[in-house]
Amino acid sequence: MTAPAALEITGLSKSFGGLKAVTELSFAVPAGALHGLIGPNGAGKTTVFNLLTGVYQPDAGSITLGGERVDGKKPSAIARAGMVRTFQNIRLFGDLDVLDNVRIAAGVRARSGLARSILRTPLFRREEAEILERARYLLDVLGIAHRAGEQAKSLPYGDQRRLEIARALATQPKVLLLDEPVAGMNTLEKREMRGLIQQLREQFAVSILLIEHDMGLVMDICEHITVLDHGVTIARGVPADIQCDPAVIEAYLGVPDASGEEAGASMSGPSSPSDPDGDPDATGAH
Amino acid sequence: MSGQPGPGAVMSTVRSIVPLLVALVLAYLMQTVVATMIGDFYGKMLVDVGIAIVLGVSLGIVNGFAGQFSLGHAGFMAVGGYTAAAIVYYGSIKLFGTKAIYGGFLGPGELLLLGACLAGGVAAAIAGWLVGLPSLRLRGDYLAIVTLGFGEIIRVLIQQTDDVVLSVEKVKQTDWYVLRDNLGGGLGFIGGPRYIDPKNPFWVWLFVAVVCLVAYRVKYSNQGRQLLAVRENEIAAEAMGIQTTRAKVSAFMMSAFFAGVGGGLYAHELGNSLRPADLGFQRSIDIVIIVVLGGMGSISGVCIAAIGVTLLPEIFREFSEYRMIVYALALILMMILRPQGLLGLKELWEIDWRDVGRSLVSAPGRLLRWLVGLPVVIVGVVRRLPRQLRATLTGRELDDDEDAP
Repeated sequence: MTAPAALEITGLSKSFGGLKAVTELSFAVPAGALHGLIGPNGAGKTTVFNLLTGVYQPDAGSITLGGERVDGKKPSAIARAGMVRTFQNIRLFGDLDVLDNVRIAAGVRARSGLARSILRTPLFRREEAEILERARYLLDVLGIAHRAGEQAKSLPYGDQRRLEIARALATQPKVLLLDEPVAGMNTLEKREMRGLIQQLREQFAVSILLIEHDMGLVMDICEHITVLDHGVTIARGVPADIQCDPAVIEAYLGVPDASGEEAGASMSGPSSPSDPDGDPDATGAH
Repeated sequence: MSGQPGPGAVMSTVRSIVPLLVALVLAYLMQTVVATMIGDFYGKMLVDVGIAIVLGVSLGIVNGFAGQFSLGHAGFMAVGGYTAAAIVYYGSIKLFGTKAIYGGFLGPGELLLLGACLAGGVAAAIAGWLVGLPSLRLRGDYLAIVTLGFGEIIRVLIQQTDDVVLSVEKVKQTDWYVLRDNLGGGLGFIGGPRYIDPKNPFWVWLFVAVVCLVAYRVKYSNQGRQLLAVRENEIAAEAMGIQTTRAKVSAFMMSAFFAGVGGGLYAHELGNSLRPADLGFQRSIDIVIIVVLGGMGSISGVCIAAIGVTLLPEIFREFSEYRMIVYALALILMMILRPQGLLGLKELWEIDWRDVGRSLVSAPGRLLRWLVGLPVVIVGVVRRLPRQLRATLTGRELDDDEDAP
């Protein structure tokens, strides 16, 4: 733990009206680590992502990205500072082709403005070539190079998720936030995605913060896990500890003595959320 | 597009200027060969088509590329047109001592026109910046309303200006900053030299080439892709690090610049009157129609639509009062059969013709579905309407039991 944290969050709080969506959240993601953020539906996980990426402004606390404070900045500034996300509900540039989706993200730090683009200066040509090269490379890595010319919205679901990750990586992030990357996937696709996440993390030396409902995946690949319930951190630690933490089991499955059957359910299966209809953004409705 | 970096700065500069030289030559040929060949009637159309392309393609930058629905294009056209007209008219008198055409092809008068058009473009771009900065935070309909309001404000402001100073002597004696208020008001800016006529399409087509070249180079660049990203999904664009407001404002300014140039050209075309009434909401709609028909994001599509929308009313001149009905029908048909416009996002040379074939084959079926479906809806509405009216007039609650036979 001697390496400086890629992402450090201290005392992060956010409330909507009287509703405390996130309370005093603190954790650090060391460089190159894979950190899991879990919790039942409505626990405030996606709110945390929205706080980290600048969509919401925190009421209190700080977000430090590689030693630089980023809380209070605009989403685009945070993305360029090196923290970028994927979306739970996929948000691709649907009418554009797959290659352009990635090229857009690969070009966010390009220095050529409108004047250089219109004049086609040497710098512009060099940057365009670099952007194209990086985009093609990422499509290759994510295994969707054969779809480069297709419209993004016409891709099958799994490939759309891959494209989202390729697009996020194209911005050359230090920290990658993945919001439910395997949601709606079958077992085979999940296994592929698990391998992919581990591969990307090593290949691109990127720290990953993962929100996921699939406990099998989280327990399997995360080194460290933070568990939220109603915006409050109820547990943190390595997967083995989290699996047998009584507070976590209670949050997911209800009070143990309410039904003997429930307490015996395995944490490694798909989660059984306490509030099946709850939207992740509608935090902790009582 | 070459993927190899470093072909040498000189080569690169040459390559980037070559298209402009080609454009110059083409515009010159348009002037010397085409215009003399086709005669005045078609020469006038050639000029009109050119101006329509400048306006359409420039609106396409903001409506098509950036996906921001602007209804204020005529407003920018008016800013540019009046700026250019004032510079050319009062400038001619002050510089050359005459308000008639001065000098021949590429003569001093025409160079003044060129400078005036560019100045009009700059003025319009500044107006675009002023309007865009606050309003481009709005989305969809709200932006449309704000830009519509902008166009109307410009129109009304121009109406409030004083009459054009017609006396050459008086102009010479008056300071230029006093003359900026003499733009003709509601009567229009009259009396200026008309440099652009059926025999002189050079400047129009030079700017056609410039606007198409600029739009093309923007579209196929990192900047252009970022605009398209904003259009496709603003939240994702911002999350990927694109400064969306900045991108939109720069698109807006670029679009306004060429609208201003287009206005300057329009103001100096023989037979056009530069009146506020001609540069109102209706003109904005005309340009929007060109962009929507041609394809949101397609430069060549907009050019085709500009040609069509300009020429067809001339060909069917005897039915000219039905123009708006035909436009409306064309738009409805377009929405049913090809909602993305003639070419959509693609350019003419990127089209997959098999797609077009398939789309043509399925067109009659889709049309039929609408033709059957639409009357059903209309009949339903019409049947309900009298009762609704009666209920409204008598102030009585609508009693839904009446539906029972």
